[in-house]
Amino acid sequence: MTEVRRFTHGSRIPGWDDAVDFSKDPAVVPDAATTPVPEHLRAEIEEYMARYPDFRSASIPALRAAQREHGWCSPLAIEQTACVMGLTPGYLTAVGTFYDMIETQPSGRQAIYVCTNISCSLRGGDAIYSAMLEAAADDSDLNVRHFECLGACDIAPMASVNGEYVGPLEPSDCATIIADVKAGREVLPDKQLRRRPSAHTIAKQES
Amino acid sequence: MELLYKNIDEPGLNTIAVYESHGGYQSLRKALAMDRADLIQELESSELRGRGGAGFSMGKKASFLPKDKMDKYLVCNADESEPGTFKDRELMQKNPHQLIEGLIIGAHAASANCAFIYIRGEYDYVADILDAAVAEARAAGYLGDNILGTDQSLSLVVHRGAGAYICGEETALLDSLEGKRGNPRLKPPFPANQGLYQGPTLINNVETLSNLSHIVRMGAKAWSELGVKNSSGTKVVSISGNVQRPGNYEIELGIKSRDLIYGLAGGPPDGREVKFWFPGGSSAPILTAEHLDLPYDFDSMAGAGSMLGSGAIIVIDDSVPVVDVALKLATFYRNESCGKCTPCREGTNWTVHMLERIDSGEATPMDLDIMASVQEHITDHCLCVLGDSMAMPISSMIKYFRPEFESHIEAARHRNDLGAPPSPHPVEAVGSAAAGPYTSVA
Ligand SMILES: Cc1cc2nc3c(=O)[nH]c(=O)nc-3n(C[C@H](O)[C@H](O)[C@H](O)COP(=O)(O)O)c2cc1C
Ligand code: SF4
Ligand code: FES
Repeated sequence: MTEVRRFTHGSRIPGWDDAVDFSKDPAVVPDAATTPVPEHLRAEIEEYMARYPDFRSASIPALRAAQREHGWCSPLAIEQTACVMGLTPGYLTAVGTFYDMIETQPSGRQAIYVCTNISCSLRGGDAIYSAMLEAAADDSDLNVRHFECLGACDIAPMASVNGEYVGPLEPSDCATIIADVKAGREVLPDKQLRRRPSAHTIAKQES
Repeated sequence: MELLYKNIDEPGLNTIAVYESHGGYQSLRKALAMDRADLIQELESSELRGRGGAGFSMGKKASFLPKDKMDKYLVCNADESEPGTFKDRELMQKNPHQLIEGLIIGAHAASANCAFIYIRGEYDYVADILDAAVAEARAAGYLGDNILGTDQSLSLVVHRGAGAYICGEETALLDSLEGKRGNPRLKPPFPANQGLYQGPTLINNVETLSNLSHIVRMGAKAWSELGVKNSSGTKVVSISGNVQRPGNYEIELGIKSRDLIYGLAGGPPDGREVKFWFPGGSSAPILTAEHLDLPYDFDSMAGAGSMLGSGAIIVIDDSVPVVDVALKLATFYRNESCGKCTPCREGTNWTVHMLERIDSGEATPMDLDIMASVQEHITDHCLCVLGDSMAMPISSMIKYFRPEFESHIEAARHRNDLGAPPSPHPVEAVGSAAAGPYTSVA
């Protein structure tokens, strides 16, 4: 009989069932005098805060900026964001853990999301994911993840490589993608979604 | 008939110069010259229905906002995370000014002075294009204070999310936009009364807003003659899955589904047949090959027990086991459930477990009944419709393909060597201490 995993599902809070350390005081808003923040990160976050009627709306853009700076939303990244925004690290951790693109566990800087949702898996998305994992080997700079529908099922099976959408992929493309990422090159230029005409236009030309 | 996709692949259409050379921003001038009440009347009589999923009348929703003078908001829902849907992406990437023009017209109708486009974080490159287009529109005086010398002012910010399907649900989107976790809110109050920052808020999908400039230009009457009754206008349909030419196609609502799936998208690969299809994204109950002759519009899809949803068709051919699709689908909703309501959080999780048992041959046909009853307990018992969005398609799969589920269990049981099938009467079996696979297989 399969053992039924009772408490490991869908919660978006990693470590939510870890014991709480009640001996520690809750973290307060970090003191600007003792929390150094890189000047350009501070400027970027402050610019986001100024965009909204309520500065808290900048939480997600700010966390993403901190993630770009530090590679992932480490406790240090969250502390710096909290310091600039005048929020507690707890608040930002709660927000950050909700969203898939915010990495609250150590992870590679290069984000490679392979879609394994319905339309992509109907066309071999799962095989692309295995091939990508294999091509990436255990390079700790690469963050290869399977992802839910990325909104590009027209080029299924597809992947988002540092935000660049590429597809339709063959398993053999994965090695090229990984090599391109490591070399800092443009990924698979002839498979980039942004350069593709729409299916509507093609159908019109053919008829 | 092409409206939204006219000139879509013309190079440079994403710049204001090319957009204006095709008559862009002329509808905005016309709309700004109109009285607000007349504009709302015009939108209502066009019978434009929301393109984000629920299909609610756009003009009516705009009319619900209070008329008093106060800060009001317009939020464009560009979260587009419904599996199978990819129309908003192409509309924003290739024709961002069409959206911005429609958005300003919508803001004028709702007398909103502060607007946001909430775009999913994964669409970073599209958001860059939008940012550039917003800057151009601002420089041209279409955004900012007193647009074109009128009393309408509007600020517009492109807000990037960070990956969460539930943030497409309008109230979760508002919480997320306020910088919180994206949990849906209890309704009422509806966003039209208390939305973003507790102010009246109009929320519309990208495609809905992209239609507004065309309605104003053509006039509501001419526009509403496109399509069929209760489904006026054109629709960008995303077709994906087992078809030869997946992609976005703009059609007039009401054309035959077969012409869409076989005609435009080329149908399944040679030698394969359509087994079933989702007519409106993965949240829509499935339809089968029998339904291919139905017209593709809101009422016909609802009449067949499904929905038009986001207008995304996913086609599955006869080489694919239904259990595989059910498992993918349930896993998606389990991962994306925000966890606020018990039936959704637990129901999605247990549905995945039951489907895994079906896939491994450990289930009994009775599990199908249990699974169907779990779906019934989710439906209508949650804060938002994410739970229903799993429950409805899963129930429809059991309805149409029950024999296949049963034979799948049998085949997997033999393959995995799980011994005799479990007793159909588990209570008696336990009473007589009969050893089923549950006790004999470790
Ligand atoms: C779970 C869930 C996800 C949704 N995702 C989206 C989405 O990605 N994009 C969208 O426009 N609407 C989405 N909606 C529908 C919105 O709640 C809302 O109805 C829509 O944005 C209203 O705009 P419309 O009237 O223009 O269609 C979703 C709804 C639910 C319940
Ligand atoms: S139905 Fe699901 S996703 Fe919606 S609020 Fe409840 S738990 Fe969250
Ligand atoms: S299913 Fe892969 S992009 Fe939609």
